[in-house]
Amino acid sequence: MASRATANRIVQATPPLDERSKHLRRLIVRALDGGGRGHIGSSMSLVEIMRVLYDDVLRYRPLEPKWHERDRMILSKGHGCLALYVLLADKGFIPIEALDTFCRRDSILGGHPEAAKIPGVEASTGSLGHGLSFGLGMALAARIERRDTRVFVVMGDGEINEGSIWEAALCAGKHRLTHLTAIIDYNKVQSAGPTREIQDLEPLADKWRAFGFAVEEVDGHDVAALSSLFRRLPLASDRPSTIICHTVKGKGLPFAEHDANWHHKSKIPSELVSQMCAALE
Amino acid sequence: MRNTCLDMVYELAKRDRRTIFIGSDLSPGLLAGMKREMPERYYMEGVTEANIIGMAAGLAMEGYIPYVNTIATFITRRCYEQVAIDLCLHNLPVRLIGNGGGLVYAPLGPTHLAIEDISIMRALPNMTVIAVCDAAEMKRMMECSLDWPQPIYIRLAKGGDPVVSRSELGFTIGKAIVMREARTSKPVVLMTTGIMTTNCLAAADALLADGIDTSVIHFHTVKPLDEPTVLEHAKGARLVVTVEEGTMIGGFGSAVTDLLTSKNGGSYLPNLRLGLPDVFPAKYGVQDDLLEIYGLTANQIAQTVAIALNKEKMVA
Repeated sequence: MASRATANRIVQATPPLDERSKHLRRLIVRALDGGGRGHIGSSMSLVEIMRVLYDDVLRYRPLEPKWHERDRMILSKGHGCLALYVLLADKGFIPIEALDTFCRRDSILGGHPEAAKIPGVEASTGSLGHGLSFGLGMALAARIERRDTRVFVVMGDGEINEGSIWEAALCAGKHRLTHLTAIIDYNKVQSAGPTREIQDLEPLADKWRAFGFAVEEVDGHDVAALSSLFRRLPLASDRPSTIICHTVKGKGLPFAEHDANWHHKSKIPSELVSQMCAALE
Repeated sequence: MRNTCLDMVYELAKRDRRTIFIGSDLSPGLLAGMKREMPERYYMEGVTEANIIGMAAGLAMEGYIPYVNTIATFITRRCYEQVAIDLCLHNLPVRLIGNGGGLVYAPLGPTHLAIEDISIMRALPNMTVIAVCDAAEMKRMMECSLDWPQPIYIRLAKGGDPVVSRSELGFTIGKAIVMREARTSKPVVLMTTGIMTTNCLAAADALLADGIDTSVIHFHTVKPLDEPTVLEHAKGARLVVTVEEGTMIGGFGSAVTDLLTSKNGGSYLPNLRLGLPDVFPAKYGVQDDLLEIYGLTANQIAQTVAIALNKEKMVA
């Protein structure tokens, strides 16, 4: 249980959300209002991870989303897509107004991201456990071409219950893909309840190390800490990296934090939208 | 057929740098030349089928053309969702090469019998499904495979299968081949796929000896189905018979029947379907043993057709 102690130490001094983090969350609420539904808790825990990746880490061109030299970012936990959509809107891949159409009939923004519809989305995800294998293939392609593209795969903690993730981890470890980074949004609450009750992942860092990854843990809401750690990538010169981000499900909405009931909501009433907006002022 | 197929992967890899081979846990020394000469395009990833499909998808997203090989049941059933989402939803040019299609692995029992591979693969949008009849045709098919834009499931037979295909008839994905054309009007038409084409040709010989003129059409591509050829030959046929080494639920025969009923306004068309019943085969032995149990040897096909014609005559 060393990792739980580590987690407690890591998240002790989480700074309060700054204006940018609140702004991005307000955009998520805007999309939730537009669609009347969405994975709230799962998206809110991801915001700082996505923000730091797109603000400080990834190489990309919003007007040339298929630019060959770009870094690849796969949101394997596709249900957290609202956190991705708001960054894609913020960076100019998609118009900001598209957020209002979330989940509507003719929208490009569905409840899970589709690569064929949304500029900047590398792979269609939604069914869990697929992204790390996509990333493995992309990283191998980069190695074949001697291209210094980096590949980031963002996974949920419930998602890594899937056996396919551990098959992919075995292979990535074998191939010593230093430019592949697995990022875990470890909010410790999956759809049915706390991960320690539903399918305990501990000792999580040790598991990834055993599969051949260099591992670091970080407060997944501490922008400076995330940025500093991502800049250190790769964590080792002879193996892929895993960054376990200790996060809070529903972060930023005090009434939703740590609560599995906020994993997903449908038929969201306007009063609830107002309540979320008020919490993010 | 398997050796030819894999040798062709090596040949294609020499010619085209997009070609990748991914195996699971196959024979030692498999494609040793390719492994030695182009190690960055040869992968043997162990028993991780779900991962292998996703990895192939990731490579294909980057412009590569992966040929993935393992036992047919494991490359279809075991990782069906990965095939659906990773390959078909993204519509990527990954080729799945399934060893031991149909009843080839008879001695190994039902875990290894690919009885529904054709059915479940053809149910997936964007998937192309191919079952060639011999090694010579495999070579021609592989030549066409490199630039086909969609995912392909390639069903392999036992190996050492008699060569009945003819190079002069050519090979185009999605275009059926008339292997034998009846000389009289209102013939029996055998429509078939894979190595059942060989049995159907022999059955046609036996039927002709009994005075029953029979056409044999080989649908190496089950999906997309060559609909014009089905309709052209069904029109005016005395009896259309589909023959397949696989379950009759959702397979080749279903594809033909669905087409005939939808295009024919649902009106009656003499149609007989031969294939596997809705069971896991309970016996071992060899492929031919199981084919015999389910009435799929050449003589049995001929007898079943003759009986059906007699019944038809009696009803008339």
